[in-house]
Amino acid sequence: MSATMSEQQGSSYGSVQVHSDAAINAPRISIHKLEFFYGTNKALKDINLDLPDRQVTGMIGPSGCGKSTLLRVLNRMYDLYPGQRALGEVMMDGENIIDPKVDLNALRAKIGMVFQKPTPFPMTIYDNIAFGVKLHEKLSKSAMDERVEWSLIRGALWEEVKDRLNSSAMGLSGGQQQRLCIARTIAVRPEVILFDEPTSALDPISTLKIEELIDELKHDFTIAIVTHNMQQAARCADQVAFFYLGELVEVAPAMQMFTSPRERRTQEYITGRFG
Amino acid sequence: MADAPEHVVKSYDLQLKRLRNFLTEMGGIVESQVALAAQAIVNRDAAAATRAVEADPRVDALEREAEQFVIGLLALRQPVAGDLRQIVAALKITGELERIGDYAANVAKRSIVLAQFAMPLSLAGLAHMATLVQEHLKTIIDAIADNDADKAVDVWRSDQIVDDMYNAIFRELITYMMEDPRNITPCTHLLFIAKNLERIGDHATNIAEMVYYAVTGEVLPDTRPKGDTSAYAVVRPKE
Repeated sequence: MSATMSEQQGSSYGSVQVHSDAAINAPRISIHKLEFFYGTNKALKDINLDLPDRQVTGMIGPSGCGKSTLLRVLNRMYDLYPGQRALGEVMMDGENIIDPKVDLNALRAKIGMVFQKPTPFPMTIYDNIAFGVKLHEKLSKSAMDERVEWSLIRGALWEEVKDRLNSSAMGLSGGQQQRLCIARTIAVRPEVILFDEPTSALDPISTLKIEELIDELKHDFTIAIVTHNMQQAARCADQVAFFYLGELVEVAPAMQMFTSPRERRTQEYITGRFG
Repeated sequence: MADAPEHVVKSYDLQLKRLRNFLTEMGGIVESQVALAAQAIVNRDAAAATRAVEADPRVDALEREAEQFVIGLLALRQPVAGDLRQIVAALKITGELERIGDYAANVAKRSIVLAQFAMPLSLAGLAHMATLVQEHLKTIIDAIADNDADKAVDVWRSDQIVDDMYNAIFRELITYMMEDPRNITPCTHLLFIAKNLERIGDHATNIAEMVYYAVTGEVLPDTRPKGDTSAYAVVRPKE
């Protein structure tokens, strides 16, 4: 009995990565000398950051530090607003994605985004998923059925909704709606998923379900998550970036960030000493 | 961190201060236990020995209290970075201090037994060793209070001298025991006393490692200066 227990313990310790030098993968997106302006106001200053492939980058910092702005840059959300512009490089697949010549539809299919508040469309659960897919691909009915099922399974929602795919998505709970939005994002098979405060409107259990889902998704997708919840960054992220007043102050593996950050400003912020 | 600004949540600062108070109170008691124990051996002072032994339950109680307090802090504050290092270090340091208190009490108890024997040798070496260990202990307790990584490194480095003294005393005591079997009982007690003092030195270096980690976030190298070679004093290991 005791031998079995110790063997089990040994194997579980072996598979769980909680140590200081957990490897950070090669970059999927490389940001160089990025600056961002709201009119004349410079919101991001000289940002240099890699988003490692199929890992989670957590972005933390006080309100107005530029972390959400960076997320908006990554899928060109700012294009909708006149007077907002980005300078520098955000390289993905050899292409600078902030170059105005880049096809926005193709880019947003590659880089999906999940927002703070669940934003289901006022249509059926099935159509919520199918809607985005139809914009990019022409699928047969059976292929679309498969894609919807695959997306909902990956979004950890399938078991809860498989018997009511034709009901309105508005009838789902907040946590379910958010997982639906994640499934909708996954449905177009992006490579990168951006999460902007994905759980700030959810209860603790729904939050944990989303975090578990993020943990699953990182096997296939490169993920960036902006969060005000430091513990969430600690739980979810492989590497954590701390922003302050538009600057990237420090980026480090999560373990290092939350045990021995290098920068004094990081230390003060994450320990709750910012006055 | 002593020089860090205050937490936005004031009660957190108060709790960290309370944790520090556990360490300074325990450190103070343990320091006096070691001093009393040394006095008990060198001066054959039974009253001092009794006081050293009687202080032990308070140290044990403080350790348990500090442990509960730390568990509460971890659960309720979810500390990170410098706070986390300070709290984890505090938990380990209280354990080290408790052990030091045990060793001091043991030295004191043996001094009472020892007082019944005519002393076959000078206790100058042992007294010197006790003084040195007390100095290291005092320095490291100051280092805890001041978050002083440099002092911690000093203590960590200087344990070698204590080890050397222990090895010398070990050989000396064996010589006396070989000379006259009637020396065996007092010399065995002296040997345990010397060993206990040497262990107190080791625990002080353990505390030094924790202080260094808490303050800097770095870990001191594995190859701590270690010098108790008494295990090989009689029989050398085969090459």
